[in-house]
Amino acid sequence: MAQLFQRRANGIANAVIIGGVLLFAGLCGDIFTFGRSDYWTRVDEPQAQTVPFSHQHHVAGLGIDCRYCHTSVEKSAFAGMPPTETCMTCHSQVWKDAPVLQPVRDSLQNGTPLRWTRVHDLPDYVYFNHSIHVNKGIGCASCHGRVDQMPLTEKVQPLYMRWCLDCHRAPEHHLRPTSEVFNMGYETPTNQIALGHALINQQHVAVEGLSDCYTCHR
Amino acid sequence: MNQQPWRSLDEFADTPEFREWLHREFPPFASEWPNDVNRRHFLKLMGASFALAGLGLSGCTRQPLEKIVPYVKQPEELVPGNALYFATALTLGGYARGVLVESHEGRPTKIEGNPEHPASLGASDVFMQAEILNLYDPDRSKSVLHGNEVTTWDDLLAVVAAERAKWTANAGTGLRLLTGYVTSPTLLDQIAALLKQFPAATWHAHEPLAPLHATTFYDLAKADVIVSIGNDFLGPGPAQLKYTRDFASRRRATNEAANFNRLYVAESTPTNTGARADHRFALAPQALRDFGLAIAKGNAHPKSSATVLDDLRKHAGKSLILVGDSLPDELHQFARAWNQPLQIAQTTVSNVKSFAELIRDIEGGKVETLIILDGNPAYDAPTDFEFAKKLAGVPLRIRLGLHEDETSALCQWHIPAAHPLETWSDARAFDGTATIMQPLIEPLYDGKSVHELLAALTGNVLTSGYEIVRRFWQVQHPDDDFEKFWRRSLHDGVVAETANPFQVLPAVSPNAKPEVEKPANGAVELLFLADPHIQDGRFANNAWLQELPKPFTKLTWDNAALISPATARRLNLANEDVVELKFRGRSVRAPIWILPGQADDCVTVHLGYGRTKAGNVGNNLGFNAYALRTAAAPWGGSGLEIVKTGEHHPLATTQQHQSMEGRDLIRVSTLAEFAKSPEVIAHLGEAPPTASESLYPTVKYSGHAWGMAIDLGACVGCNVCSIACQAENNIPVVGKEEVARGREMHWIRVDNYFHGSPETPRIHFQPVPCMHCENAPCELVCPVAATVHSSEGLNQMIYNRCVGTRYCSNNCPYKVRRFNFLEYDRNKFENAPVLKLLRNPDVTVRTRGVMEKCTYCVQRINRTRIDAENQNRSIRDGEIVPACAQACPGQAIVFGDINDPQSRVSRLKASPLNYDLLAELNTRPRTTYLAKLQNPNPELKEP
Repeated sequence: MAQLFQRRANGIANAVIIGGVLLFAGLCGDIFTFGRSDYWTRVDEPQAQTVPFSHQHHVAGLGIDCRYCHTSVEKSAFAGMPPTETCMTCHSQVWKDAPVLQPVRDSLQNGTPLRWTRVHDLPDYVYFNHSIHVNKGIGCASCHGRVDQMPLTEKVQPLYMRWCLDCHRAPEHHLRPTSEVFNMGYETPTNQIALGHALINQQHVAVEGLSDCYTCHR
Repeated sequence: MNQQPWRSLDEFADTPEFREWLHREFPPFASEWPNDVNRRHFLKLMGASFALAGLGLSGCTRQPLEKIVPYVKQPEELVPGNALYFATALTLGGYARGVLVESHEGRPTKIEGNPEHPASLGASDVFMQAEILNLYDPDRSKSVLHGNEVTTWDDLLAVVAAERAKWTANAGTGLRLLTGYVTSPTLLDQIAALLKQFPAATWHAHEPLAPLHATTFYDLAKADVIVSIGNDFLGPGPAQLKYTRDFASRRRATNEAANFNRLYVAESTPTNTGARADHRFALAPQALRDFGLAIAKGNAHPKSSATVLDDLRKHAGKSLILVGDSLPDELHQFARAWNQPLQIAQTTVSNVKSFAELIRDIEGGKVETLIILDGNPAYDAPTDFEFAKKLAGVPLRIRLGLHEDETSALCQWHIPAAHPLETWSDARAFDGTATIMQPLIEPLYDGKSVHELLAALTGNVLTSGYEIVRRFWQVQHPDDDFEKFWRRSLHDGVVAETANPFQVLPAVSPNAKPEVEKPANGAVELLFLADPHIQDGRFANNAWLQELPKPFTKLTWDNAALISPATARRLNLANEDVVELKFRGRSVRAPIWILPGQADDCVTVHLGYGRTKAGNVGNNLGFNAYALRTAAAPWGGSGLEIVKTGEHHPLATTQQHQSMEGRDLIRVSTLAEFAKSPEVIAHLGEAPPTASESLYPTVKYSGHAWGMAIDLGACVGCNVCSIACQAENNIPVVGKEEVARGREMHWIRVDNYFHGSPETPRIHFQPVPCMHCENAPCELVCPVAATVHSSEGLNQMIYNRCVGTRYCSNNCPYKVRRFNFLEYDRNKFENAPVLKLLRNPDVTVRTRGVMEKCTYCVQRINRTRIDAENQNRSIRDGEIVPACAQACPGQAIVFGDINDPQSRVSRLKASPLNYDLLAELNTRPRTTYLAKLQNPNPELKEP
């Protein structure tokens, strides 16, 4: 009986085995990379909003402070989203007939709230608190990016736990003087590490418990 | 005699069933599916889900986009994400207990006691904690009903207007108003106005558990000797929290010996008060009466009443005799005279007409219109009144109630009542202190308050609850600064200067005097008591209260006929045997529960069960003891016949669950022994190993180190810690079948130990939360590091990391870990959409396959830490209060920083009474206990 497998079958078998392993590794790698890709984490993906609100115009153009709208950022876990009334303090005077602001006027008139699409959305088992970050010297731009340059708001960081922990383990890399927290154009100084360590003492940052699980999960 | 404390009769007898239960970490079938999902069904489901997963990678989608919905006009005081607290009050049997209600963006989520209120003092009882679940009860009535048809409030107003015209013509002849116990000044004023407007109308009151005597309140903190004759003053009642605080103040570990009081309790069935007694006498009702009368008359009595009387006399002016409702009037009169020096408040029976008179009027055909405000007389009226049958003879019946219950079903008109957290009202505490109750939320279902209904009856121009209540108080304070008074009263939760020691509050007059009779020899006596958690049945649809294990029996979701071990032997009865209880021509079938410490030849049945229209939670649970209760014998009597039926009714009890197997778990000593040698407590248990015996390095905690001390001397076993924890931490209810499988979820349980013989045991309580061990056995066995230590020594449980191996629970010697066997957050008790409003937004809602346990309320620790750090200051001692400690009326639970030697918890832990649970295991628990000291009379032999 003739040989069932020809000699080159060995090569094919080897190729299949090696190829299979490579393919599997590649697939794993793909999933790994895909999971960290901007597509998956929605980084750099501007979200459509009911009203195409431009931070670029309001922050850089008009020089409005973050806290004018996000009023509770210094005292609550939630930074606060402006009630329709806040929009209308200005827009009852300026651009008061602009068609693009019709949903805002409707909201005030009908008492139905505006519905914004969330850009930064942490998992429900994470309890993030804005006030402690802002009061201890983490700048808005450190997590939210240069909002003053965004016509439509988008995410600039993946918000993965690893990214959180990078800072929680070594906050000196990101701390600013509290006076610079809301400064969008703040440049990291060359002596950041030394400054960071000084700020940890000056601004009473309790570094020890920062990487405890219960700091964010409960 | 067995020297070890024991938790159940099975444990005492060391039965094979008990050993089997003990030696399995999870009881048999604990991992089984519920009955409705069988193996075939499971495979089908799994097959289908694999297929779907393979086709569409269904588990892998990008994170869905969510919406943020800001306010249109943001309320002024509100900071989104931060809770607001409002002072108001809740009533139990008419009496107010002041509360502070936590509100998240307009939705109430948690109830705490109001420290300014005399009946709360910052603590809470189980009913206050559970009231928040009543607010969101999906079974609440949602619309005005005429017969079975949904109609509107306006339709009802039209009917009432037509009736009013008739009443105006005939002075209200035939108009009857039926309420519960009323202390609300506004409502009393409205009722007075109604009776003035229609002089022929009458007002009747019915409260199934109302005392038949004038109620008097005393200053327990000043009493050196307290004798309770069938009076469970530490149990549910208008002054429970004040009494518990005062009692505990004389029992604290830190007290001087001279400051300890002494408590004698004679009672038929174990109560929280009896468990705290230095001497407890288990006496059947007749014997109890004789015991009381012997003291009143100064006669000697076989059961040591002479010694008790001696002790009372020695402390005349500083001693109290507290007498139970079921005891005769002459005993009450004697006690009132004796207690006079320590009296702080009294309520007397006012001119409100009795329920019995209403029944006579209905029989006589004199009642044209009956308005029933709250209450549930069709269920809880004395059975010989045949109220349900007679009610049909009233031409017009209008009912205001939270639920479409047994009474509503018999009325033509049903009006949904607004919950106390939805409406304006007012109420008085036991000492007369008034609270103006303010709403936290708009009525969820368009409910109406009693004030609004009364206004409709009288045709008042003021129709909203707010206007009515405000107008009433404005009339009381006609001066210019009313606005200031109003705002201050609302803010404080108490109206200043309304406490009055001898206030006449209207009480319910008795239906009939109970007869006094002598029992035939050997006859078994029957005793009615309110259920410890369901009360007269009003909390039957509250799943938290249903699942809260009842003291001593640890029964959940059921009531039972309680009998003593000796009587059970004599009648050849075992637990869960169904018997027919025949009492004076009436009968009911009930399961038996044998209770150590129960008086012989006495059966105790708890009222409040057997409801048929309570709602989806409370329907058809237990048996209805009201079926035996007549107006002439409201608290039972002799002549009970017990007939065995041969049937069996399974009961879900947690008494053996989470057993820590013998050892020295509960340490109790006497004041005298402790004074002789304070080391007595340490000698009660094994010596803990030295730190060097551990293979693991000792960790230094440089910052805070959180710890807890639980003073067993101040614990009265009221269970409120359990339910406060449930409310704070989004703990699900699992249902009777799941409890029977050992799957209850309470993070803090109150263990109940008996010590001594089953006939006359000493009874002790021990609340057990997570110990937060420094050498935590659970952490070592977790394969995924889902439970690890924090830098402050907390034993952290991370749900999103947990894969559900349950090794941690297996390795926990304290049995404080709870596993989500099923999706309890979506079971039939938890899945109604309205219950989402109830959840604490600061705590994760756990799902299936995840282990959970006490976190020391880490959300409160973090909240306080962030507040302190934002203000650049350190956390003050006592600033962090876990939910259990906040609710505890005895202030038995103290939490704080054990690295700070000056903190309260450190000072308690330095006491020689302090001991670690299972110290010999070298787990070095952060939660420690202070042993309970008793103060027995040396002249009185045991008990």
